[in-house]
Amino acid sequence: MTTLLERPPRTVAPTDRQVRRQNRLAWIARHSLAIVLAIMFLTPVGYLLLISVMTSDQALTSDYWPNTWHFDNYVRVFQVTPLPRYLLNTVIYAVLATAFMLLSSVPAAYALAKLRFRGRNAMFLAVICVMMLPPQVVTVPLYLMWARYGLTGSLTPLIVPMLFGDAFCIFLLRQFLLTIPSDYLDAARVDGCGEWRTLIRVVLPMARPGIAAAGLFQFFYAWNDYYGPLLYTSENERSWTLSLGLASFHGVHHVDWNLVTAATVLAMAPIVVVFFFAQKAFVQGVTLTGVKG
Amino acid sequence: MRLRRNLTTLSFLAPALIGIAVFFVYPLLSAVYFSFTKFDLLTVPQWVGLANYRRMADDPYLLQSIRNTLWMVVVFVPVRIISAIGLSMLLTQIKRGAGFFRTIFYLPALAPPVAATIAFVYLLKPGTGPVNTFLGHLGIEGPLWFNSPEWSKPSLVLLGLWGIGDIMIIFLAAVLGVSPSLYEAASLDGANAWHRFRYVTLPSIRPVILFATVTGVIYTLQYFDQAAVAGSIASGQAVTGAGISSSFGFPEGSTFTYPLWLYTVGFRYNALGYANAMAVALFVVALAVTVILLRRSKAFSGEDQ
Repeated sequence: MTTLLERPPRTVAPTDRQVRRQNRLAWIARHSLAIVLAIMFLTPVGYLLLISVMTSDQALTSDYWPNTWHFDNYVRVFQVTPLPRYLLNTVIYAVLATAFMLLSSVPAAYALAKLRFRGRNAMFLAVICVMMLPPQVVTVPLYLMWARYGLTGSLTPLIVPMLFGDAFCIFLLRQFLLTIPSDYLDAARVDGCGEWRTLIRVVLPMARPGIAAAGLFQFFYAWNDYYGPLLYTSENERSWTLSLGLASFHGVHHVDWNLVTAATVLAMAPIVVVFFFAQKAFVQGVTLTGVKG
Repeated sequence: MRLRRNLTTLSFLAPALIGIAVFFVYPLLSAVYFSFTKFDLLTVPQWVGLANYRRMADDPYLLQSIRNTLWMVVVFVPVRIISAIGLSMLLTQIKRGAGFFRTIFYLPALAPPVAATIAFVYLLKPGTGPVNTFLGHLGIEGPLWFNSPEWSKPSLVLLGLWGIGDIMIIFLAAVLGVSPSLYEAASLDGANAWHRFRYVTLPSIRPVILFATVTGVIYTLQYFDQAAVAGSIASGQAVTGAGISSSFGFPEGSTFTYPLWLYTVGFRYNALGYANAMAVALFVVALAVTVILLRRSKAFSGEDQ
């Protein structure tokens, strides 16, 4: 995210006025297009924000602008449904999945990137295959496996597997670790560090940006996950995550769209916050270690 | 000494190896075995040979779900890639506020699919939605979007374009990585902007296009969340938790993607043997697509670069 966008070098030397005018027109056209597109990209979110502070009745009309502003909708969503519970479940899932994934995937990625052993390529191929496999292929056998131990209806079947690595994150971390020069590791080994110590003392500090990236991907994935929670928790509302509980705002005769949109905004907000917060950490990591990801 | 080194290596790999065995190899073999059996949650699998596979041939819903998924592969994937290339080219041409625009275009890709889908169904509501109201002001009668069988999949494409940021970033890095000297050489040869794009940029980013195509197809083969939620919200059922599967495919089965039908067969009708036969077929297709990527792409080779 650090690279400033370079423009391809000027190709035509602006000698006469015509060329300059043409360039200026092109500049205006490009920026206008970008602005129009940016407005279009922002519209859905802006519109959600406006609907979320309307009354329930006005949210059913075609109005763009709230007649009266009801910021209390954001308080009400927590009162009229088990939203606090959904939020807590989502946080538990995202945080534990991310922590477990890092614990199990970093060593595996390190071995695949920096250690020589027989069967390394086969193992890497297996990781790629798991990464590319649509989850629906193994859904039924896995569901039956968890059901046998009575663990369906909870988030356990989504969190526990993370203790055993996540294929996409292993792949991502490996690609990052390949960029770390092996000289550093050799130096550590010559100094008498074992492999684990080399990993923890030498590699981890240098791999911070890669680890941050993998952790973020996993966190966002779990936060946004719908298929997994639907499969394993839909039978037990106490384990629902945000994505399952988002649209459970029914009035007497109709859907309370103002509350649905408020909950939707609440589901999106942490992602935006984490992104801006982590973007900085990410940039810092890249500049601090001097490793270009 | 050597034994000790092997044990150390194994200690690094053990969790991942167990994970691949328990959560990939075992369920995959189970799925293959189950696909030759008939059972539900309460009964023991009974061997029925190829009956499930024969049943696939004359299941009208299955054929419809394959058609829907194919439509998504043929339209959704290319539209997203072409738009992402266009957007990344535009971003490289912009000097003022490039970072700002990049963030605006990228962020929607991180939005939870369920939240984004709810937003879009609401934006495109036929009667009172702002998009059709706006079109009405222009004297255009807007389509029924998510509520009509013809427009439901194009509406999903629109939703997918809003979340284009992830592949846009990949293409942006690729376009910025093209060597400036190539552009200079082309300009000296009298190439105009289109020529430079056609003969310099495109060939340079070809590997990335391949990567985006393959991952796009894989993504489309497992396309579930948006299709499920769009059907539920547009049908007025407005449920994203338990009971959502009763509105799968709305309207008229037009949003029944293959994974949606698989889920319905397995977890609504409890035909677990048949669902596994569908899963095996999906695996074969996904594997074929993956092999294409592995054979053509350097980034995925097991060797150090």
